[in-house]
Amino acid sequence: MCGIVGLLVKNPELRGQLGELMLPMLIGMSERGPESAGLAVFTEAVRAGRRKFSVYSGSAAVDWAAFTQEAIGELGAGTGVAVQANHAVLETAAPAAQVKAWLTARYPRHHLLSVGQSIDLYKDTGTPGEVAARYGFSGLQGSHLVGHTRMATETAVTPERAHPFTAGEDFCLVHNGSLSNPYSVRRKLEPLGIEFETDNDTEAACRFLEWRMREGDSLAAALEKGFDVLDGFYTFLMGTRDELALVRDAFSCKPAIVAETNEYVAISSEFRSLAKLPDVKNAHIFEPKPEQIYSWRA
Amino acid sequence: MASVMLDFVAGTPAASPNAASVIFDLSTQPLRRLNQFLHHELAEGNVQVRVTNPDGAHSIAVGVDAPIDIEIEGHAGYYAAGMNKQARITVHGNAGPAVGENMMSGRVHVKGFASVAAGASGQGGLLVIDGDASLRCGISMKGVDIVVAGSVGDFSAFMAQEGRLVICGDAGDALGDSLYEAVIYIRGSIKSLGADAHEEPMTDGDYAAVAELLVAAGMGHDAKDFRRVASMRSLYHWNADANQEY
Repeated sequence: MCGIVGLLVKNPELRGQLGELMLPMLIGMSERGPESAGLAVFTEAVRAGRRKFSVYSGSAAVDWAAFTQEAIGELGAGTGVAVQANHAVLETAAPAAQVKAWLTARYPRHHLLSVGQSIDLYKDTGTPGEVAARYGFSGLQGSHLVGHTRMATETAVTPERAHPFTAGEDFCLVHNGSLSNPYSVRRKLEPLGIEFETDNDTEAACRFLEWRMREGDSLAAALEKGFDVLDGFYTFLMGTRDELALVRDAFSCKPAIVAETNEYVAISSEFRSLAKLPDVKNAHIFEPKPEQIYSWRA
Repeated sequence: MASVMLDFVAGTPAASPNAASVIFDLSTQPLRRLNQFLHHELAEGNVQVRVTNPDGAHSIAVGVDAPIDIEIEGHAGYYAAGMNKQARITVHGNAGPAVGENMMSGRVHVKGFASVAAGASGQGGLLVIDGDASLRCGISMKGVDIVVAGSVGDFSAFMAQEGRLVICGDAGDALGDSLYEAVIYIRGSIKSLGADAHEEPMTDGDYAAVAELLVAAGMGHDAKDFRRVASMRSLYHWNADANQEY
C-alpha cells in the first residue's frame, strides 16, 4: 500500500502557499505509507542555460560549506547551493554531464535525485510527518507538486527507493501499486543505454515513460504505450515542468480521487487527505476512470 | 428531537438514554468511539445517530445491528456501513471503496457516487447509490439488492450469486462476468458482457421486481425501459473441450 498526493494551484497567488496547502494532504496519507515519504515541487524555472540538481547525502555527515566552495570552484562562480538537512539543491550554468561527473568523482556516495530547470526533489525514510519537518515541506513554493507516502511491497525501505522517481530532466513519477513485469521492461531499456539506479519496479515505469518522451512522444502518447507495456497494478501520478498527469490501470484496484476548484486541482489516494483543503466542500470531486489520461497544465 | 454532543471519555457511557438523536463529530471524537456506541451502547429510544465531519474516515458505522437511522453528513472512506443489519444508513456525500460490503439487511443509501466494490458480497437489504458506482459494483453479491441511479464501472456483478442489481445508467466492460443466480436489470447501454452473461427476455415477474426496487430506491424510471442480464450457466460445469476459452 502507498499514498499519492498531487496539488496544482491555478491561481498564481497561491504559489507561495503550495507547501502549506499540501502538508495536510501528505500527513493524511500517513497510514497508507508510514515508512518513507517524498515530494517533487515544480518551481518557477531557472534562467535559460541553468539547471537545478537535487542532491541527497544519506546519513553521512557532510560539510556543505566545503561542498559549496568546491562546487563554485569546479562548476563556475554562478553556482549556488541551498541546503536543507541532508539534501541540497545545487543551481549552476555548468553542463549537466559536467555536474554529474564531478558529483560521481568527488561525492560518490551522494545520490542525485533530480535534474531540471524547475524540479526540486526531497525523499527519505521516516513517517510523512518526520520527512516533511526534516525538509521544510510546509514552506515549499511553486506551481505544482507530486508527493508520496510509502509502505513497501516491492524492494527494501531505503531513501533511494522512496518515491518520487525521476528520469531525464523535469520529470517525476509516484506509484501506488506493483508492477509484475518491471524486469522485462528494464531488459528492453538497458540495451538502449538507459541506466537504472535501484531494483524498484516503479523506476522501470518512470524510465520507460521518460524514454518514450525523449523519443518524441508527448506524455499522453507515452502513457498510451505504457498501458500496453506496463503490466500490473498502478495509480501513477506524474509531474513535468508544466503538467500534472494521472492514470490508473485497467482494474483500478489502487484508489485515486480528484478535487477541483477554480483555485486548485488536488489529487490523492483517498478523500480523507483532501478534507482539509480550503473550500473542498464545493469542489468538483470525481474518481478517475481506468486507462484514461487525466492531465492539468500549470 | 433532543440532541446531545458526546464527549469522549474512554469507558464511560456516552449518551443520555433518553436522547432520541445523538451526534458524533468525527473531527473531535475517535471513530472507534462511534462504532463502540453503535454496537454496545444504544439505548431504548435511540432512533437517530448523526455523524458529522466524516471527512473520508474508514469503517464508519460498520457492523451495526439495530433498527436506527444513521446519517453520515459528508464523504465516507473505505467500508462505510459494512456488514450492516437492520439500520438505515445514509451517506450524504460520496462513499469510498466497498460501501455496504457484506451487508445483511437494512438500507444503505449513498447520495453521491460510490467507489469500487460497492455492496461486495452483500447478503441482504437494499443498497441505493444516487450517483455512479465504480468498478466491481456488486461483486460476489449473495442476496443484496443494489439500485444505482447512474452508471456502473467494469466487472460489475462479477461472480454474483444471488440478489438483484438495477442499473439506471450504463455498464462498463465485462458486466456480469461468471454470474451465478443474481440478476442484473439495466436501462442504458452495456459496453460488453462478461463470460457466461447474456440478455434474456423480461417476464412480468421481472417488470414487477424492477418496479418495486425503483420505488424502494425512490427513483422514477419506468420498469419497461429495463433489460435483463443473467447467467447462461455454461460455466457451472467444467468443460474440458473449451480449452479455457469462454
